[in-house]
Amino acid sequence: MPQDRLEASRAAEDAARRSYGKLVAFLAARTRDVAGAEDALSEAFAAALAQWPARGVPDNPEAWLLTVARHKMVDAARLRRHDEAAAGYFGWLAELAEPETAETSLPDRRLELLFACAHPGIEPATRAPLMLQTVLGFDAATMASAFLVAPATMGQRLVRAKAKIRQAGIGLQVPERAHLPERLDAVLEAIYAAYAEGWADAEGADPRRRNLAGEAIWLGRLVAALLPEQPEALGLLALMLHAHARRAARRDAQGEYVPLALQDSARWDGTMIDEAEALLRRASRLGAPGRYQLEAAVQSAHCARRRTGGAQWTAIVQLYEALHALTGSPVAALNRAVALAETQGPDAGLRALDALAGDARLADYQPYWAARAELLARSGAHEPALAAYQRAIGLERDPAVRRFLQRRAAALGG
Amino acid sequence: MEYLLLIHADPAGLQALREAERSTALAAYGAYMQALQTAGVARGGNRLRSADATTTVRVRGGKTEVLNGPFIETREQLGGYYLIDVPDLDTALSWAARCPGASHGTVEVRPIWAMGES
Repeated sequence: MPQDRLEASRAAEDAARRSYGKLVAFLAARTRDVAGAEDALSEAFAAALAQWPARGVPDNPEAWLLTVARHKMVDAARLRRHDEAAAGYFGWLAELAEPETAETSLPDRRLELLFACAHPGIEPATRAPLMLQTVLGFDAATMASAFLVAPATMGQRLVRAKAKIRQAGIGLQVPERAHLPERLDAVLEAIYAAYAEGWADAEGADPRRRNLAGEAIWLGRLVAALLPEQPEALGLLALMLHAHARRAARRDAQGEYVPLALQDSARWDGTMIDEAEALLRRASRLGAPGRYQLEAAVQSAHCARRRTGGAQWTAIVQLYEALHALTGSPVAALNRAVALAETQGPDAGLRALDALAGDARLADYQPYWAARAELLARSGAHEPALAAYQRAIGLERDPAVRRFLQRRAAALGG
Repeated sequence: MEYLLLIHADPAGLQALREAERSTALAAYGAYMQALQTAGVARGGNRLRSADATTTVRVRGGKTEVLNGPFIETREQLGGYYLIDVPDLDTALSWAARCPGASHGTVEVRPIWAMGES
């Protein structure tokens, strides 16, 4: 019956969304065989789609999937029993096969899986895609488009990373307290990288990205829930929620780009902002400021416009100063210069930008040229402003932002 | 490494843009070429005339055939190309994503087969 089939495939999708990472983490916890766990799980999902329409959806889909996947893993291990590690592997699988695990609720080892994906032994550029794949089930092609990498290259990187987890013996465990902050940083950085890629797709219309920004927030929520005493985990979640609260206001009715300063704050998502503010307060009570809390505080200072009609620019300058001192990031220095122009005028902003002019990391960075163009225009230097706008237009990949910059340049008579 | 960025676009799609949008889109190519040059990665590039101006030549069995129109009949046409020199494919892809052609058509990124390379 088509209706049953539809219902069964919805139930399978539902289970996939809720349990994919939990099942991978559980299946790979002892064997460290992430790829094997994923293969077994995808066979289990295929079996679910074949059987559930006819026999009905089981009471506990997660346990059903686990049982099938576990059997597939045992079968696959038998096929390559000459592997030198086979003896140990069988031992672990025997533990996995203990029936009570399926009946009782599944222990949540997703945090351990996230730590393995963000291990220093894994290439930094691969950490975010690896997390999205193992915890959320993204495929390599989706991530190739999201992270602007050739699909074949992305596939190879993921295969290599999973082989490394298994062969180098990267443990699926939460690091000891002493190492936790530095290792947590890699986890948060990877989640933020995924969020930033999703944020760049302003339309949110590309279905292949599967709403990457939303999924990154979901991972951020997971980490914050599992480590509620880690201020930076709360800070990152606050930061992402703040930024996400404004997504509807980033485009006007015609789909044209609207910069932050011109956004209608009534279109910001108040519930999300309130949640972000509460997280930030909770984080600051833990008394260990860090990069994500500072960035979230900047967002909070922008959001003050919702209540008072104006952003808290003096606070924003100080926060970016602290951020630059902490990270040395040229982007923090760039943002400080822009904020400085709001409090002390365009010339002060331009002097701060000039100090960054030699930084090679900013040479092909569109926001640097756009900021420069804007401040030059405000200070009346039309010719150099036009040249800077040209540079920014040539570096931008979002057509709506490109049109916005072109309109600004045209207003100067360019 | 050198890469050729081939811009494929549906000319009807570009025609359908309003006059103002079309000139905006074309103007963006100028800025893009300038950005490639400033970054020091540009090796060449041209806009091609439309497929109506294409003539195709092939020699089969000693006989030369000259045909009117492009070799491949598709809606999308090769509209232009850029030749760039960048360290790796990821960098080439990020330049391809910035190409105005990527937002109204397709940009194909092909590594150049260098002389003497097997």
